Amino acid sequence: MKPAIQRRLFLLGALLVAGGALGVIAWGGIGDNLVYFWTPAQVAANADKAVGATIRLGGVVQAGTVHWEQDQQLLTFTVGESTVDTKTPLQVEAKSAPPQMFREGIGVVVEGTMRTDGVFSADKVMVKHSNEYRAPTGEADVKKLYATVEDL
Amino acid sequence: MTHRSYIVGAVLLAIGFATMAVGHFIGLFVAPREAMMGDVGRILYVHVPTAWGALLLYSGAFIAAIGSMWTGRRGWDAATTAMVEAGTVMTFLLLVQGSLWARPTWGTYWTWDPRLTTSAVLAAAFGVVLLLRRLIDQPARRAMATSVATIVAFVDVPIVYFSVKWWNSLHQPVSNLGSVDSPMMQPLLIAAIAIMFIGAGLSILRFRIELARLVAEEAAPDLPDMPDPLHLEGSDKPVQAEGSPS
Repeated sequence: MKPAIQRRLFLLGALLVAGGALGVIAWGGIGDNLVYFWTPAQVAANADKAVGATIRLGGVVQAGTVHWEQDQQLLTFTVGESTVDTKTPLQVEAKSAPPQMFREGIGVVVEGTMRTDGVFSADKVMVKHSNEYRAPTGEADVKKLYATVEDL
Repeated sequence: MTHRSYIVGAVLLAIGFATMAVGHFIGLFVAPREAMMGDVGRILYVHVPTAWGALLLYSGAFIAAIGSMWTGRRGWDAATTAMVEAGTVMTFLLLVQGSLWARPTWGTYWTWDPRLTTSAVLAAAFGVVLLLRRLIDQPARRAMATSVATIVAFVDVPIVYFSVKWWNSLHQPVSNLGSVDSPMMQPLLIAAIAIMFIGAGLSILRFRIELARLVAEEAAPDLPDMPDPLHLEGSDKPVQAEGSPS
């Protein structure tokens, strides 16, 4: 075979492999098995699997639920699907100081496990920032800032 | 013959760094603090352009790799290598910047978030392309291996881009015109233009060096043009400086 034809056949092969791999990842449902975090509703639906296994829970910190006990280094709050979640809010207990941006109404991802008493025990609390970058205004519109988070 | 492209590359780099200085001056001193993150948010102006630069360079490398396999010409091979290298430098910078930004905002340097994981895979995959290239001596085989590996590694580029849409992610979604306030958009765009110039300048310089190397290699295939730590044969004698006592 002429080298040029061989090269172009290899090119075709490489493009097919690359395109096929991308297609499988994009549309083949592999993505459904790659889960970075579960939402409170997903944890509620899989309560038996969540107990004891190390998982990540992602959601929005519910207003008026944050308590920080300095002397015990104990942070407790409730995480919901959206800013106001009445269906499946989940109680979280973390033994770590909250990150600087942590506040009510913000998106968080916590790592830990479900306890049998239905409280999520977290080793690590991470704060999610949206893709919105805003200059500060007189009254900060927190809800708008976290519009992206609410779309979970 | 080669001088002009060295000058073009150097000029592009100079324009790039000058533009970057202007962009970051505005970003650091003129643009307002970000409402939630404060001054930390200013790393946006370097992180987002770096990401765009890396993904564009890899896209250029992908096209050059197709050109290399279609034509078999060494110019395309040199261009592929140049853009893979420049892109990999930017990807490593991207990972460092992101990690420095993540600590004060998210509360961790690293997490296996889809965007972060796929970006790490990107650096590793194109690192393998460069390694593979160093391991093959025969020019036609090397060009073929470089191109095939580049095309396969490129699969990760759209995955990195769409990772924040396809999967639950801690990373913020793709920034766009609506999601960044206009006084912050200006330094971001200036810095992005700067990165394009720097990426182009680096690629042209690296392309010219690689092409010169390939030409020299063809002229004298048995003479290694540079000491190669990966090729140990013939190097069992300790290297001695001239005139040093033995």
